Amino acid sequence: MGKIVIDPVTRIEGHLKVECIVENGVVKDARTTGNLFRGFEIILRGRDPRDAQVITQRICGVCPQSHGIAATLNLDSAFGIADKIPDNGRIIRNLIQGAHIAQDHVLHFYHLAALDYVNVADVAKYEGNDSQLNSVKDFIARGELGPFLPRYEGDYRLPPEVNQQAVAHYVKALEIRRTGHEAVAIFSGKIPHSVGVVPGGVTSTPTPDNIMAYIWKIKILQDFINNVYIPDVLAVAGAYMDYAEIGVGCKNLLSYGSFDLEGGSPNYATRRRLFKQGIVSADLKPGALDTGKITEHVKHSWYEDSTSNRHPSQGDTKPQYGKDGAYSWTKAPRYDGKVYEVGPLARVAVTYASGDPAMKEMVEGSLSTLKAPPSALFSVLGRHLARALSAKFIADSLEGWALQLKPGEPAYVEYELPDEATGMGITEAARGALGHWIEIKDKKIANYQCVVPTTWNVGPMDDKGQHGPIEQALIGTKVRDENNPFEIVRIIRSFDPCLACSIHVVTPKGRDLGQYRVV
Amino acid sequence: MVKELPVVYLQTAGCSGCAVSLLNVASPTIKNVLIDQIAPGVHVNLRFHPVIMAAAGDMAIEVMEDTAEQKKGEYVLVVDGAVPTATDAVYGAVGERNGKPVTMLQRVTELAKDSLAIIALGTCASFGGIPAAKPNPTNAQPVSKVLESAGIAKPLINIPGCPPHPDWFVGTVASVILSGLPKADDLDDLLRPKAFYGKLIHENCPRRAYFDEGKFAKKFGDEGCLYELGCKGPITYADCPLRRWNSGTNWVIGAGAPCNGCTQPEFPDQSAPFYEKLVDVELPTIGAYWASKEEK
Repeated sequence: MGKIVIDPVTRIEGHLKVECIVENGVVKDARTTGNLFRGFEIILRGRDPRDAQVITQRICGVCPQSHGIAATLNLDSAFGIADKIPDNGRIIRNLIQGAHIAQDHVLHFYHLAALDYVNVADVAKYEGNDSQLNSVKDFIARGELGPFLPRYEGDYRLPPEVNQQAVAHYVKALEIRRTGHEAVAIFSGKIPHSVGVVPGGVTSTPTPDNIMAYIWKIKILQDFINNVYIPDVLAVAGAYMDYAEIGVGCKNLLSYGSFDLEGGSPNYATRRRLFKQGIVSADLKPGALDTGKITEHVKHSWYEDSTSNRHPSQGDTKPQYGKDGAYSWTKAPRYDGKVYEVGPLARVAVTYASGDPAMKEMVEGSLSTLKAPPSALFSVLGRHLARALSAKFIADSLEGWALQLKPGEPAYVEYELPDEATGMGITEAARGALGHWIEIKDKKIANYQCVVPTTWNVGPMDDKGQHGPIEQALIGTKVRDENNPFEIVRIIRSFDPCLACSIHVVTPKGRDLGQYRVV
Repeated sequence: MVKELPVVYLQTAGCSGCAVSLLNVASPTIKNVLIDQIAPGVHVNLRFHPVIMAAAGDMAIEVMEDTAEQKKGEYVLVVDGAVPTATDAVYGAVGERNGKPVTMLQRVTELAKDSLAIIALGTCASFGGIPAAKPNPTNAQPVSKVLESAGIAKPLINIPGCPPHPDWFVGTVASVILSGLPKADDLDDLLRPKAFYGKLIHENCPRRAYFDEGKFAKKFGDEGCLYELGCKGPITYADCPLRRWNSGTNWVIGAGAPCNGCTQPEFPDQSAPFYEKLVDVELPTIGAYWASKEEK
């Protein structure tokens, strides 16, 4: 029996350690540990509620815009204006979030995940005239290959010309994601940590030149997604088809839905959205979302048992390091007491199961190209495919939405800051279901709780002893070479974890944390 | 012969926003910075960067530790994030040694000691930023304080901003490559390069004329100066109005939002509430005009 420890897991956001117990080449047990605690929920208490939009974006610089949207929806609902946002405001929020998530998916595939599949070294054999590839060839010839070497060795399967093309696309994708950020900045000032989305709507009214500038940046992004990103995912999949059965996970998927298509309903769980709200399991039959069924368990986390199994609106954080049976600072969110995975796969599967025609065509078309059954969605490859389809589904919608804007009409509605109120904001971040909850007293934040996608996915066992989604995806995996555990990092990265987001976590690792307390 | 400039990029208590902002650099591009000779005969050799490097686990940590040992006095250490110090610094760790976690505090100290120079990238690393906001649950400290406590006297450059504009970082690296380490006069009293942080936002703001006229926006979307909606431009040093963000596409006030003062040590506690008008601020050099308006 051996133990594989990977610390840090790189090419993800944040500080993650994973430990796998391996017996006869198979993962028998798996534990994921986050390595950073900053205490956002503590920092937020006592502040002006409106500042939550600014502060919570800083939870994560990779997906700040999603936190900005979740915080703003949360504040809209607390301020009683969730159904009063002008259409211009609603649409511009969608344009900001849409460009951001689409570029984030491109970033994940090329710059975070691809190096597990693509052999950069094959560019040394390149003989053509592409100046970008030749500059990479020169770089390799100089012999200082950081940050591309060292790496795990022994399982790069693509032929040299495909690897070379993939490296060219890696370089091109850097430009594309930058262009996506430029599109965000048109309406949101700058990104990361943008400023356009505020309670009541957005900070600027649309102008024809902004609309046109946005559309043409989006066309660049859309062209890349349709003609490069999706074909590359399919090409990688073709060479790594065993990964359509690796990293299956819990097979329960949860989506909060995102991109409001109407503003008249105050209920985020039922209003019409591009990605649908709901749950699905292995049978891909749609189920309705009931946010009342969300709880956070702490039996295996270093928090007092008295705080376990609570709805986030009643959430509390009372640390108790060294508690028997606990092994993580991450809480374990559950839906109806069960383990649920969140992410692009979840929102794509929920939207597919709900019968959306465009989504049905995309999912069925790509599965048929791969000659794979729908069950293959629950896998490493399924997550990468779903992320690419999520990018396409969003990018294909943005131009139409931009053309619905009415220049010169308001994009913002005024409101009164309430003395006391509660709120909830739910949306889909790039990495999945993101919820913010607030309680306001004396016009200040009395309690603020975020349940973020990566907490759903990297969480530990719950009160009933059920492993979290990434742990379940790892357990049972065959590891061919324990010194080069490709399988483990490929599974983890398929979830695109974002550790800065799973904010309850801290390093324990044998340290005496007896003095730990919330100040 | 190409000179390799080794760089170790350490992330501490931050959010990766600084790293993502760097990807947005337009000219040179991030590919030019990392792959090509950034200047004839010079290549930036980024050896350790957790978000983009191929290696993981011990393999990645070895690269970091080997660089510190083999390139003593030659490598630039970039720190992105504040450094948690409370309770023996347990709130943040990067990798392990002999099966024990190595705290971020320990990493910064060890890597800084043998570096050529240190760049504190972003407001968290420069001044503490968001992790150090009240009540500073992890006693997060800026790099300058960590170096001071450890008695390390290496050249330090602060490049604040939440996140910083990528040009501020790449421009500083360019300056080190083309002109050598900054001289005392190149930096302000907060160790920020004057080339980028020399003027107040307010001095170059295109809405400045509204301020001087006393025409103020009362709600978002209004014409006018954003001072009464909470703009911190009058106390914030940065060249955002001239440089603009995301390849020059736009900037904060260009999108009709108030500056929140993110390049300042006051961010976030003294620059918040972000949507409330500044109170009791003396505006250097431009204050007299405003004061005369108030008197009328």
